[in-house]
Amino acid sequence: MFEFLGIPPQALFGQVLLGLINGSFYAILSLGLAVIFGLLNIINFSHGAQYMMGAFVAWMCLNYLGINYWAALLIAPLIVGFTGVAIERLLLKRIAHVDHLYGLLLTFGLALIIQGLFRNSYGSSGLPYQIPDELRGGQNLGFMFLPYYRGWVVVASLVVCLSTWFLIEKTKLGAYLRAATENPTLTQAFGINVPLMVTLTYGFGVALAGFAGVLAAPIYSVNPNMGADLIIVVFAVVVIGGMGSILGAIVTGFSLGLIEGLTKVFYPEASATVIFIIMVLVLLVRPAGLFGRAA
Amino acid sequence: MADIAATDVPTAALLPGETDKATLRLHRAIMIGIAIALVIAPFVAYPVFVMKVLCFALFALAFNLLLGYGGLLSFGHAAYFGMASYVCAFTAKNWGLTPELAILLGTSVAAALGALIGALAIRRQGIYFTMITLALAQMAFFFSLQTPRFTGGEDGIQAVPRGRLFGLIDLSDDRTLYWLVAAIFMAGLLAMYRIIHSPFGQVCKAIRDNEPRAISLGYRANQYKLAVFVLSASLAGLAGSTKAIVFQLASLTDVHWSMSGEVVLMTLVGGLGTVFGPIAGALVIVSMQNYLASLGAWVTVVQGVIFVICVMTFREGIVGVIANRIKRPL
Amino acid sequence: MATEAVLERPGGAATKSLLQVRELEAWYGESHVLHGIDLEVGEGEVVTLLGRNGAGKTTTLKSMMGVIGKRKGSVSFAGEETIQLPSRAIARLGIGYVPEERGIFSSLSVEENLMLPPQVKPGGLSVQQIFELFPNIKERLSSQGTKLSGGEQQMLAIGRILRTGANLLLLDEPTEGLAPVIIDQIGATIRMLKSRGFTIVLVEQNFRFAQTVADRHYVVEQGRVIDMIANAELDANIDKLHRYLGV
Repeated sequence: MFEFLGIPPQALFGQVLLGLINGSFYAILSLGLAVIFGLLNIINFSHGAQYMMGAFVAWMCLNYLGINYWAALLIAPLIVGFTGVAIERLLLKRIAHVDHLYGLLLTFGLALIIQGLFRNSYGSSGLPYQIPDELRGGQNLGFMFLPYYRGWVVVASLVVCLSTWFLIEKTKLGAYLRAATENPTLTQAFGINVPLMVTLTYGFGVALAGFAGVLAAPIYSVNPNMGADLIIVVFAVVVIGGMGSILGAIVTGFSLGLIEGLTKVFYPEASATVIFIIMVLVLLVRPAGLFGRAA
Repeated sequence: MADIAATDVPTAALLPGETDKATLRLHRAIMIGIAIALVIAPFVAYPVFVMKVLCFALFALAFNLLLGYGGLLSFGHAAYFGMASYVCAFTAKNWGLTPELAILLGTSVAAALGALIGALAIRRQGIYFTMITLALAQMAFFFSLQTPRFTGGEDGIQAVPRGRLFGLIDLSDDRTLYWLVAAIFMAGLLAMYRIIHSPFGQVCKAIRDNEPRAISLGYRANQYKLAVFVLSASLAGLAGSTKAIVFQLASLTDVHWSMSGEVVLMTLVGGLGTVFGPIAGALVIVSMQNYLASLGAWVTVVQGVIFVICVMTFREGIVGVIANRIKRPL
Repeated sequence: MATEAVLERPGGAATKSLLQVRELEAWYGESHVLHGIDLEVGEGEVVTLLGRNGAGKTTTLKSMMGVIGKRKGSVSFAGEETIQLPSRAIARLGIGYVPEERGIFSSLSVEENLMLPPQVKPGGLSVQQIFELFPNIKERLSSQGTKLSGGEQQMLAIGRILRTGANLLLLDEPTEGLAPVIIDQIGATIRMLKSRGFTIVLVEQNFRFAQTVADRHYVVEQGRVIDMIANAELDANIDKLHRYLGV
């Protein structure tokens, strides 16, 4: 087999795959942040905590109720989304009229609460979650070994991201959403229930985070802190891509994951910070972000 | 971004131009009150506790300077606090610098870091600004994590010598050190008050309230924003350096994002954009942490709950409420 | 009963009143903009609000639609009091709104803009009928909404509320910034809509245009209705109107 710059292909493609997996999570999470930001004008600081909740709900489903991975993939986002609906109705709605930075402070507080509660109940060491039987093992592709579950994560994320894109850009409901994002007052004056859409949008955005959490559970262990550092990277992804474009968020998420993976191969010391460094470069060259309109 | 500080307190009440003579007299009286309290405090409270409050109060004042007068919500102030703390601890321990030099060096590094991060962050506004400061501060955290030769990694820099002030006065006694910390705090507070009420502070306010108009009047808004940013970072660095000397420790906690969150919380509790609010907020939160230390991880939950309660029902903060009650900016 | 309220029109037969506005006041934040608007519109009537810039015409329309911060007084439509209702409920009663500057969504295609407002009542125009009315729209369905010319955007803004079955149309300066030949087309459209039984309230700066479409004119000044002139008497009152409008 060939080697590339002294790196054996197994290692190279293995990291590429890991990068794509991270990119999947960046894409789903930044997509949710962008959708929420569009309509609510707030940055959902608890997004990482809600991602972690998704993983925990899947774990609880399995260990307390015997509900398997596939069902959890549906149930966990629903539960996380439902808590999001409650958060919007009980809290966010009441501060919609004040400076939107208060929304950031509020969701930061919620993140502390959610993370703290799970840490108190389950500790910080992480709980194992088995890969579902159907996706155990893998396939040797010659140039690399492809574990089925990792391939599944990338495919499932792509499907969810593209479905979300389709829903927002190509359906009637999506047209309502885009209209309400652009001009909520006029949209409401056409008889469309914008407050309900705001609630459902927040619920949908955090349900996406919950879905990503379930996907992540068998890869990383289920850990109360799993979302805290991730969300900061996702913020950088959002700054790089800008929140104006749905496809932009997806493309940026996957590419940055890929770049991060490659950095792990060629210059591991920088792998934790490469996304931040790219953010700095983007700020210098194109402050509005790659897909952003001038804010 | 509409100014967060003025959301509840009428903007006019906060404008330095509007501060009338009576208000200035009131502020002077409060300053004297604080000075007197500083003199009495070590005799009625545990000095290390008071020093901790003062360090965090200075940190919160620094953060609030940027938010209240620059209109910029930073979520990365731990970077300046923590890096200054490391530099101060490292130079005091390994280079044998006297405490005042170590603190000065820590503060300068925080200023330089502030200039660097500030120049990048002010290229975006509002929510993006906040995310950028957070992300760049996370870089500082990773840097600290990955350079254990400098930071001591997970252990931090321990047993930092308090040393002798100017090479003369031994600071190992808490009471002696206390007077230095009190002096630093008071100097920081007075400096900040001067800045707010200077022509420079007025321009910053004008930019905060209406950036396009200030620009059309010929002010270079970005230079002013950067200047406030650097000032704020320096003061945060001063607080962090002082903290390193007091606790003889610099650790990853100081650069972690949760520290950035804590300073936001202190300011929120005390009153965003008020002059004296951060001091009250720091007192409340540090006391709370002391009382709740035994609760372990519950402290995070309690802090989260306080965040939620403050945002939902108490956006003016302690000092903001008092200011509204007596109809004077505080 | 409100539905039996009968409106006496000068020089015309009495018609059933569809919209009654009484002592309507409105605020933008702290500033008090409307100080008591009183007007009444009969079913099938075309009525304009004339007045200088800043007199409160647009605000009156917005207050009827419920898209303003704070309002007080009474706006009753088809016998139903709407002052407490959110704008989405007001729209559902059968009121269609064309805001100033047309309100075409740039993130929606022309077709999505057209299909956006939900049906609120039966009896709206079919898409086919709207295309017959505004053939230009049909040819540009997949364009971005704001890529249309000003006149086409105006037609789209009117077209999309004709679909919904609304029987009262509130049009805010539909001729603003448009070329004369387009204005003629809009005028013809309004007369056609009237002939189909739509009731229309029109905010206009241009009273020459208003004269070609309206039955009556309300003159608004400083947040109050200060006069009402029947279209037939407009020429006789032209000096007075000039004085009101400061032209």
